[in-house]
Amino acid sequence: MAVPSVPLSGGDTSGPSPRGGRSAVSSAIARAAPAAVSVGLLFAAWELYARYGGVRPTVLPAPSRVFGQAWENREALMDNAIPTIRATLAGFACSLSAAFLFSALVDFWPSLRRALFPLLIASQTLPLVAIAPLVVLWFGFGLLPKILLVALVTFFPMMVALVEGFEATEKEIGQMLRAMGAGRWRVFWLARLPSALPYFFAGLRISITYAVVGAIFAEYAGAAKGLGIYMLNAKNNFRPDLVLAAVGVSAALTLVLFGLTVLFQRLAMPWERAAAGRGSEGRQ
Amino acid sequence: MTRLELRQVRKCFGPREVLAGISLNVAAGEFVSILGPSGAGKSTLFQLLTGAERGEGEMLFDGAPLDDHGSRFAFMPQRDALMPWRRILDNATLGLEVQGVPRRAARERVAPLFAEFGLAGFERAWPAELSGGMRQRAALLRTVVQQRDMLLLDEPFGALDALTRAAMQRWLEAMWRRHHWTALLITHDVREAVLLSDRIYVFSARPARIVSEIKVPLPRPRTADASVAREAAGLEAGILDTLLGATDPQLSAQRPSPRR
Ligand SMILES: Nc1ncnc2c1ncn2[C@@H]1O[C@H](COP(=O)(O)OP(=O)(O)O)[C@@H](O)[C@H]1O
Ligand SMILES: [Mg+2]
Repeated sequence: MAVPSVPLSGGDTSGPSPRGGRSAVSSAIARAAPAAVSVGLLFAAWELYARYGGVRPTVLPAPSRVFGQAWENREALMDNAIPTIRATLAGFACSLSAAFLFSALVDFWPSLRRALFPLLIASQTLPLVAIAPLVVLWFGFGLLPKILLVALVTFFPMMVALVEGFEATEKEIGQMLRAMGAGRWRVFWLARLPSALPYFFAGLRISITYAVVGAIFAEYAGAAKGLGIYMLNAKNNFRPDLVLAAVGVSAALTLVLFGLTVLFQRLAMPWERAAAGRGSEGRQ
Repeated sequence: MTRLELRQVRKCFGPREVLAGISLNVAAGEFVSILGPSGAGKSTLFQLLTGAERGEGEMLFDGAPLDDHGSRFAFMPQRDALMPWRRILDNATLGLEVQGVPRRAARERVAPLFAEFGLAGFERAWPAELSGGMRQRAALLRTVVQQRDMLLLDEPFGALDALTRAAMQRWLEAMWRRHHWTALLITHDVREAVLLSDRIYVFSARPARIVSEIKVPLPRPRTADASVAREAAGLEAGILDTLLGATDPQLSAQRPSPRR
């Protein structure tokens, strides 16, 4: 049976538009410029103050000296950065796995939430300064206490992010999947897990910075090698320039890890860019 | 032949009565609408039908109690519920995937329908890249490919602008004439109900009762023919009177207390 063709409203035929006229490189430079300027100004002010402000270099070394010393001691710094990276990543991996497991359990059995959350919140009130030496005392100078401390500072934010992410699933999607005949597992896998992705990445960005700090704290409390113990030794030898050099390395490390999470998010959530591309002209 | 039959279906959320005894039926190949003010409990009825909530009363499908909720209805929720992380093609195959159809086969079954649904060329697009009308058609596509016995459509065009909505109503009318789905449509748009339905159940405000049942004996297509359209307009005015008459006392009684 022939059916009259149905006209569709004009706005309907517009498709996905090719996005981004500018080249990616020039837009990246444009985005990095403000940060470069502010960092440059900060360093310039610091350099001037250290040189002409009458402070001794053993109190506040100029950035030029910090960079110079960092370069001269680059082998020692790298040598100490590697255990820190290892502790950060190992601790973070453990914490992520645990957070994933427990958040999924809480999602399936919400009453677990009331059992776990008070404990977890309490764990976040433990001062790292006090707990780090104890953990080292109990578990020695190896990798384990570092993993535990990194996990201690990153588990909770990841767990909360995931639990909230699962709960952010659109109610209608759940109802529709149920009507399609999906069981709880199916709903979790098809809807709740992907719904949690934005929350997961927000948590990831925060936690990864905590993770580096946690690892350094653990090393500070006792380690054979690592940026934390390097800082402690440099301080005890009245070498603030080397302390700051190590701080610079840890900052660079944090930035790289942060950048990786952003990159990872882009790859994992390609639809986000499509949504951003439509922007204000999006649907009503 | 009656497919869906509800007898005195009631539902309370705690102390709040939402459905106060709903009895209705839908025959095979029939397009039936539920028309009622927002907040009446229309979506709640679909929650009962899809098994998301339990209520009292009898719900029969082909004469047997409706307990195997998953298998009878293809349900389109009030918001389009497209998954932003799936491309349109993968959104469309979702129901088949849940049924266990292999991805390849599901895609092959869905692909030919894209043109009919005005979505040709958008198979690989993300939902965020589509206009409101296209999203609704994609959601409808996802619903009908499940090839269930009956469609449950909850205000499919409620969020669209008037122009797009009118276009979508015409389109759905044409689609229904071709496919003769058995459908239960929720709407708060009187014109939409008259345009699309064989019969209309008018719900009161909460707690919902059926205020009246209206047959729409107009020939189809109803949008193209001017004389039919005039008749439809007359019917529409009558229904609007019923609806306002039924809800007015409720509205004025509710007005002083702030909405919870
Ligand atoms: N899960 C729920 N718990 C409590 N109240 C609910 C729930 N779902 C719906 N309601 C209430 O039921 C009433 C009817 O809602 P709904 O069926 O969505 O109305 P409609 O679809 O007709 O606009 C509303 O007052 C709403 O607050
Ligand atoms: Mg509703």
